[in-house]
Amino acid sequence: MINWTSWLDYGFMRSALLAILIITPLFGLLGTMIVNKKMAYFSDALGHSALTGIAVGVVFGVSDTNLSMVIFAVIFALLLNWIGSKSTASTDTIISVFSSCSVAIGLAILSRGGNFSKYSGLLVGDVLSITNREIIYLLVIFAVTILFWLVCFNWLNAICIHRALAKSKRIPVRLMDNIFAVLVALIVMLSIKWVGILIINALLILPAASSRNISVNMREYHLFSVIFSLFSGVLGLILSYYTNVATGPMIVIIASVIYFCTYIFGRRCKN
Amino acid sequence: MRKIISPCGFHCIKVNHLGVRFNEQTVLEDVNLHVHCGSFHAIIGKNGAGKSTLIRAMLDDIPHTGSIEFRDTKDGKMQKLKIGYVPQSVNIEKNTPVSVYDLLASYESRCPVFLPKNRKLYEKIRQSLRIFEAEELIDRQVCNLSGGQLQRVLLSLAIMDEPNLLLLDEPVSGIDQNGMERFYKTMDYLKKHYDLAIILISHDLEYVAKYADHVVLLDQTVLKQGSPKEVFESREFASVFSAGDKDSWIREEEDND
Repeated sequence: MINWTSWLDYGFMRSALLAILIITPLFGLLGTMIVNKKMAYFSDALGHSALTGIAVGVVFGVSDTNLSMVIFAVIFALLLNWIGSKSTASTDTIISVFSSCSVAIGLAILSRGGNFSKYSGLLVGDVLSITNREIIYLLVIFAVTILFWLVCFNWLNAICIHRALAKSKRIPVRLMDNIFAVLVALIVMLSIKWVGILIINALLILPAASSRNISVNMREYHLFSVIFSLFSGVLGLILSYYTNVATGPMIVIIASVIYFCTYIFGRRCKN
Repeated sequence: MRKIISPCGFHCIKVNHLGVRFNEQTVLEDVNLHVHCGSFHAIIGKNGAGKSTLIRAMLDDIPHTGSIEFRDTKDGKMQKLKIGYVPQSVNIEKNTPVSVYDLLASYESRCPVFLPKNRKLYEKIRQSLRIFEAEELIDRQVCNLSGGQLQRVLLSLAIMDEPNLLLLDEPVSGIDQNGMERFYKTMDYLKKHYDLAIILISHDLEYVAKYADHVVLLDQTVLKQGSPKEVFESREFASVFSAGDKDSWIREEEDND
């Protein structure tokens, strides 16, 4: 018989569980706004910029490439926002241009001398490698995000619904946009090592997208999004332990199944 | 909102020499308007005449030259102008989980809309929806409202914090003839019973002739303004809405944005 709690005997599994319990609710929360603001492409580009961040760190000889990765992502996010507001070309084109350019630079630098295999782990991620120090980072970003959400969510929503209308109500539109982008950048960067570049965006988008299928107001939207996110995170971790599959992909598979279920049954449920 | 029997008539809003340029192109120049509380101004003009740009400039949404003053004519003091804005539509797609309560609460309150409803706020929002006979819509999803219903919800939102000036971009789609009549009657009611001035971008000259106090014919600058009769009989009006394009005379489909 399988012992269903055996996985908790290992310290690394307990750390992984803790990390998932902290970060998946944040994915659920931020995802609601990313989906509403149609920023899926933006968060995807941010994830890819992790490579460039590390490359920049390597070039400048920074000992902790995590640091260069986070700093680069924040700058990249603000840059994308700024260019998006200035330019008349459509945003997804601009994001695509900048994203592919930065990924190409990152890959070029990291693959010099045939060394890319050192970094290929980043593509898939490994939740079992998470350290106590990283969990503390996650706790800090968790607190900051919850606080920001409580204080500013209404403004974000107002801006998303109509920018000029939000401005007429004296809401600091530009500032909110930038804070939100930075927050997404921070969370993506802090979780990319264990989720992996290739699928991190799925974790941000899927829970919110599933929730959208079945909710009619903001309260339901948030509630279901956080529940789906937590559920797929924890279940994904446990299943990956027993099936010996990487955790990130497992979580995304479960989140996708939830999405398809809500998509199929959503309409019936709403009516 | 403070409801009074009639507007005091002592507040006036002045738009002085307002101009807008996009890159090298002049969109608006030297626009001057003078609006008293209790009056209903309609702005008319062809597509691309700069009507929407004027509204966006007045909202400070785009950079512009010139100034907008708000004065109490009794003591001549400058005051901070509060603008209630009613956009043509909102950026809410089908299937978006935003209820009417969420929409209004997001703009009017800091109490997070993703937490359980605040009963006091809920009541306040209902009160303001009631003015426009929209209180039963409070729990409906915004994306499922008809054009007329959305309009009434947005009006409630604009009125909620007692603006001195109501700026409206008249909806061009999703509203039938009855809805239009009702919309203009509401404007008339607001004008008479609230202490505010109304500026409306209109696409419907018939209704403008019937309801507006003052008409502004816009094409990059103010070509002609005055009572509806004065403007409609003017040479400028005839040249803008010349017989060549009768279609746009009857109904303008879209404003430039």
